[in-house]
Amino acid sequence: MSLMQEMNERAAELGVPMGVHLDITYRCNERCVHCYLDHDDHGEMTTAEIKDVLDQLAEAGTFFLTLSGGEVLMRRDFFEILEHARRLLFNVRVKTNGVMIRTQEAQRLRELGVEQIQISIYSHRPEVHDAITKLPGSLKRSVAAIRFLKSQGLKVTIANVLMTANMRDHAGVQALARELGVTYTLDPTITPKMDGDTSVLRLRIPGSELNAVFHNKDLVGNVEEFCAPPPPPGEDVMEGYPCSAGHTAAYITPYGDVFPCVQFPLPSGNVRRQKFMDIWRDSPELNEVRSIRAKDLPVCSTCRHVGTCTRCPGLAYMEGNMRGPSTADCETSFHRTGILTANMLRKARSNAPGPLVQIRLLAV
Amino acid sequence: MSERYIARSTAIAARLLGGEMMVMSAVDSTFFTLNEVATAIWRAADGYTPLSEIVARSVCSEFDVEPEVARRDAEQFVDELSRHGILLVSDHPLNNPSSGLVESA
Repeated sequence: MSLMQEMNERAAELGVPMGVHLDITYRCNERCVHCYLDHDDHGEMTTAEIKDVLDQLAEAGTFFLTLSGGEVLMRRDFFEILEHARRLLFNVRVKTNGVMIRTQEAQRLRELGVEQIQISIYSHRPEVHDAITKLPGSLKRSVAAIRFLKSQGLKVTIANVLMTANMRDHAGVQALARELGVTYTLDPTITPKMDGDTSVLRLRIPGSELNAVFHNKDLVGNVEEFCAPPPPPGEDVMEGYPCSAGHTAAYITPYGDVFPCVQFPLPSGNVRRQKFMDIWRDSPELNEVRSIRAKDLPVCSTCRHVGTCTRCPGLAYMEGNMRGPSTADCETSFHRTGILTANMLRKARSNAPGPLVQIRLLAV
Repeated sequence: MSERYIARSTAIAARLLGGEMMVMSAVDSTFFTLNEVATAIWRAADGYTPLSEIVARSVCSEFDVEPEVARRDAEQFVDELSRHGILLVSDHPLNNPSSGLVESA
């Protein structure tokens, strides 16, 4: 077990929200076709409110702080917020599209000791990237931002979300990341909008492409290991919890709403009305999330994949039941290993027509 | 041996978790946890108190340890953290870059 895993376990035992994702705005200068947010400002927290939340998070023991949006630089007070966060000694990671980052901004990010900056790049081809962001020239500007950041010695990660429009471009983006000397990550998951609208799911890549991604050694490393059939789950798996959401991680919206995770929009309280720690400790919603063990999942507990599946309780929640399966993760487990999930088998059975020849025993 | 002065770098993240200080370098992402004694030295690293005085005041008087052992261990600890840019070390007092930084919890 790594030191980091050890500290995460200790945080879980002590009930410490070790990592918090704070979206400081939903406003954005891009209009990505797959985005799950509404970009209007419905009353964002003020600078003072955000600083107060940061003070509370430091007091609560939060170590990892992700500042994201929307586009973080749409807030004129972004650097004031960041400066306050760094004064409180958070490990800060920033997610941005980079289009507003030039030398001066990159320099400031370095001076403030930001640990990592993540920039979304959808394609190495401007016509594809810019069609997804709906901002002409955005690829050029994002790549320029990466160069500014790198020139300051900052660590940059390219996040490559895959969807139908760019599903064949991951090799090009990976090559671009290599050329720029930055880390590359790929995410094939498109999530429903925060308001429950699932129309964006039509952009998800088809199963055949998912299969190709999972069997590409340039993306997953050791294919045999990555795609290995799941081992039988032990008792530790059945007693385990699915992810850090609500256990050591939380999400706060620009309006102060607290959720277990950015991908798990279960309203659990609002920092404008309550102290963060009161929500974290006492919210019935967060306590319900924390109470769920793998053995409590009616379908997934019977699934061969239960110990290795990336099942996201937030995606399951958005499908209607936080204890239910997440279809996207069922697809992932299936296309990774070739083994059907319990959820897929259940659906196949319920959709199957009756047998051609039916015999009924009549009571005499 | 000349005096050494130590100060915390500003390019770090730090938080107390269950009595141990977690420290991460923003420069190379090295992650450390400091035990109680190391945490005491870390907290006292104000840039102008000599290391020998920190050891005497924050270690020897608070923990059951021989002064010579405490001094040797503290020197090793300081060398290790300074290699990762987490502590700044000098043979003269430093302007404390970390004044005003708060590592709560």
